[in-house]
Amino acid sequence: MTIEAVIQEKLLSAFSPIHLDVINESHQHNVAPGSESHFKVIIVSEDFEGERLIKRHRAINSLLATELAEKIHALALHTYTETEWQNYYADNTPLSPNCLGGGKKAG
Amino acid sequence: MDTIERIKEQISENNILLYMKGSPKLPSCGFSSQASQAIMACGEKFAYVDILQNPDIRAELPKYADWPTFPQLWVDGELVGGCDIIMEMYQQGELQTLVKETAAKHSSEESAE
Repeated sequence: MTIEAVIQEKLLSAFSPIHLDVINESHQHNVAPGSESHFKVIIVSEDFEGERLIKRHRAINSLLATELAEKIHALALHTYTETEWQNYYADNTPLSPNCLGGGKKAG
Repeated sequence: MDTIERIKEQISENNILLYMKGSPKLPSCGFSSQASQAIMACGEKFAYVDILQNPDIRAELPKYADWPTFPQLWVDGELVGGCDIIMEMYQQGELQTLVKETAAKHSSEESAE
């Protein structure tokens, strides 16, 4: 089982997230191809309601303590409640670029 | 002095303290760089400890703090969080408020003495 899959499975069963992204960002760092050293997690769960960020991060860090101690070098965490997620996306939905005419058939 | 005592002293003597890899001017890690830039942007003085120069602190602080990684921002003796928390708070404007209020609180304490 890959570390990515372990992270995914543990988070899914612990937080019943509405949304979960586990992204292997190791290729952005100075490690061998195919490494599983740097990860980013985006997780949206109602379990975070009323919890400060540090408490949310601590809950995830302790859930993944073994992996953090042995294998993961960096774990970026982005934790939201459903409301925060909606507000976040209301402000930050990435804009798709405008058409620059490349699809027009010549002639 | 043992390492934990030294950490406790640093945390109690510096109201805004960042444990990081490298220095704010010459950070040695992308996460430490982002964190120190966000704190610098708040416009108040803060202290930092380069944990690459202090391997004993690098080894002991994660256990003491119950926080596995660096950077770590400590404000008023309490751990605020690591890079993601610092950045998220900065984007929401919460970090600026926290840093400014902390700096103001302690400068008024000083002038009252």
